[in-house]
Amino acid sequence: MTPLSQLLPGQFGKLASLNPERAVDQRLMALGLLPGMILKLVRKAPLGDPLAIEFGGQVVSLRLSEAESLIVDVAADCPIQRPQATS
Amino acid sequence: MVALVGNPNTGKSTLFNALTGLRQRVGNYPGVTVARKSGSCDLGNGTKVELVDLPGLYSLAATSPDEQVVTDALSGNISEERQPDAVILVADATNLLRNLFLASQLAELGLPVALVLNQADVAKEQGLRIDTGLLSERLGGIPVVMASAWKGEGVIDVRRAIALTLERKTLLPRVVWPEKILAALEDITAAILKDTGRQVTSAEAQRLIFDSNSALAERLQWKAEHRDPVIRQGRETVRQSGYNPLAAEPLVHYARLRKALEGVVKEGAARASRSAAVDRLLLHRFLGPVLFAGIMLGFFASVFWLAKFPMEWIQSGVDWTKTVVAPPLDAYPMLQSLLADGIIGGVGAFLVFLPQILILFLFIGILEDSGYMARAAFIMDRLFSWCGLNGKSFVPLLSGFACAIPSLLSTRTIEDPKARLATAFVVPFMSCSARFPIYALMCAAFIGPVYGPGWQSVVMVGMHCVGLFFAVPTAFVLTRLVLKVKPQPFVLELPRYQMPKPRDVLWRMWQNAAEFVSKAGTVIFAITIIVWALSYFPRDASVAAHIKAANPTAAEEVVKAKVQAAYVEQSYMGSFGKAVQPVFDPLGFDWKITVGVLASFPAREVIVSTLGVTYSVGEGAKADSQHLRKAMKDAKWSEGPRAGSPIFSLAAVLSLMVFFALCSQCGPTIATLAQETGGWKWAAGSFVYMTALAWVAATAVYQVVIRIS
Repeated sequence: MTPLSQLLPGQFGKLASLNPERAVDQRLMALGLLPGMILKLVRKAPLGDPLAIEFGGQVVSLRLSEAESLIVDVAADCPIQRPQATS
Repeated sequence: MVALVGNPNTGKSTLFNALTGLRQRVGNYPGVTVARKSGSCDLGNGTKVELVDLPGLYSLAATSPDEQVVTDALSGNISEERQPDAVILVADATNLLRNLFLASQLAELGLPVALVLNQADVAKEQGLRIDTGLLSERLGGIPVVMASAWKGEGVIDVRRAIALTLERKTLLPRVVWPEKILAALEDITAAILKDTGRQVTSAEAQRLIFDSNSALAERLQWKAEHRDPVIRQGRETVRQSGYNPLAAEPLVHYARLRKALEGVVKEGAARASRSAAVDRLLLHRFLGPVLFAGIMLGFFASVFWLAKFPMEWIQSGVDWTKTVVAPPLDAYPMLQSLLADGIIGGVGAFLVFLPQILILFLFIGILEDSGYMARAAFIMDRLFSWCGLNGKSFVPLLSGFACAIPSLLSTRTIEDPKARLATAFVVPFMSCSARFPIYALMCAAFIGPVYGPGWQSVVMVGMHCVGLFFAVPTAFVLTRLVLKVKPQPFVLELPRYQMPKPRDVLWRMWQNAAEFVSKAGTVIFAITIIVWALSYFPRDASVAAHIKAANPTAAEEVVKAKVQAAYVEQSYMGSFGKAVQPVFDPLGFDWKITVGVLASFPAREVIVSTLGVTYSVGEGAKADSQHLRKAMKDAKWSEGPRAGSPIFSLAAVLSLMVFFALCSQCGPTIATLAQETGGWKWAAGSFVYMTALAWVAATAVYQVVIRIS
């Protein structure tokens, strides 16, 4: 179990848990980021913050401070999915 | 009435423009600064219907005013506005699951819905095949059509779908909540009816349970002591059914949608994502910021330089109109001055902003519609987040160095209302181009000749930074201590790159310009007339006669300048300037500068020509006028403790420049700030704060420098 912010750019993880009490997490859940979802840390901004993550065919930016409650499972069997439809 | 609803970046506005053919009306929703766009849509069967384009949103769990307007409009809670007869949900065909979450929530409202799968061309390109018949069947038989609004394809099908929805009134199937949750929702509805006498729908009861801080709770005027136990009980029931109440809604809806979409979307051979490739370049660690700087520099240079030409044309057009209109009125000097300086000058005063507004919105349209604006915010966010702003504050603040008016209009691109307000509040601190003439005059007359061109450049650059230096702490204090609104999470979709559609970009330019002219324009016009009257009256003819008699041999030009100076001195503005000069004494300003400062409150660039008038060198003085420089260098204090010493000492020069860097001397800015913040409260606050700050800072500069030098 790793906080999302520890992921390396390009690395996949499976969302293990988030904190529904937080406004950020509520917003992400509405976008479809729910436990069990595979996500990818696409990149960090040039100044190291915010992060760009990809899940469910979309790329979303969020700040490091806002990502702290997102815990991912990197060891989980993360299939390298077909490049998601984000062209 | 039919409402157009959908996620951001789905091409909803493009579809709206295509459906209404630009026969649109733009207004505001009552009490909020959210634009209401509506238009007449031909249904293709001879009937027309009013179509309303609601702000884009991802979920009905409203956190911002824009989102709240959508939920209010859909449940018929906006005064003087009916509940829509049907909803057209615009979804991005390439990401159905996420887009349908909103549809699934909409089902709870019990309104007839049609689904438009927009951007069908991109879906096809990505090898996605969507079985619309099957999807319609899974969604209770609602009309489902594919469209590509960008290419104008399928728009006729959308018209037919709207007609069909209004005719058949097909509803989306609602989520089947567990018995216990249904019972809890009924309990809440009953409690609200008992406590407030208002009947709410199950959809509204859901918002109260599922949203951690629903705006609905306040609007119902349901007393907290009654409300909290009921909602707590409701959430407890949801928890007993095995769901975290704050996560139940997305979990249940997404689970249902996954099932509904099974077999609907067939993925063909995937193509490598083009947006990802472009992002590898534009968001590259080193190249990204370089390209960003290049794009923004080009953007700023255009707003700054490109707008200069049409602005000069407008100015010469205004001057030409004056020369045409004025001569026939030579016999009526008062009417002549009112028409030329008051009315024509007043129209010119807001027309002159149009080139910058149009160019800025051309660029913003291109940046937003192409998808780069979100990337710009991504790159810049770190620099702004610590003082409570966000990456989207960058464009308004940058363009503030050209002019605050278009910048204030551009703060609309910031979704977070708190960051939007704070950005709008600090935009006027950016050193706009209207401050340039006074810096140029002071530096060229007093800094360059004495301290050399090196120091002249240092002072010029320094003056451009003074505003920034105060803007940052202002934003920090404002967002941390003054604005009590909760900050929005900065969760920003980085949408697919797309070619902007010229019609949409041009249409947005036009709408913003038209709104500025009709709202702020009228205020700017009124201010110009008032200031004209204050500096024209009273005007006793004996003053001119007296000066002419006293200078029988002087050249006509010289006499004219003296007469003008005398009239300004004894006008209401002049008398007021003399009366309040003691207030500006600690800043080192004599009454002539004070009158100049006061006359510059509507527009700060007026200072140079006002100094020209008060120093009797004529009206048309420019920053490079040798006469004006000489008159200012020769000016000495005539009385008081400083008698005999030059008025424009280094201390006074620096103090005057600092004052102009910080003071709120721009009527159009105040008018636009009021327009954009939905009232005069913040506009008045900005005026008082900036003016007080300017006074304190300029006093400090004068008092310190006068002691050192």
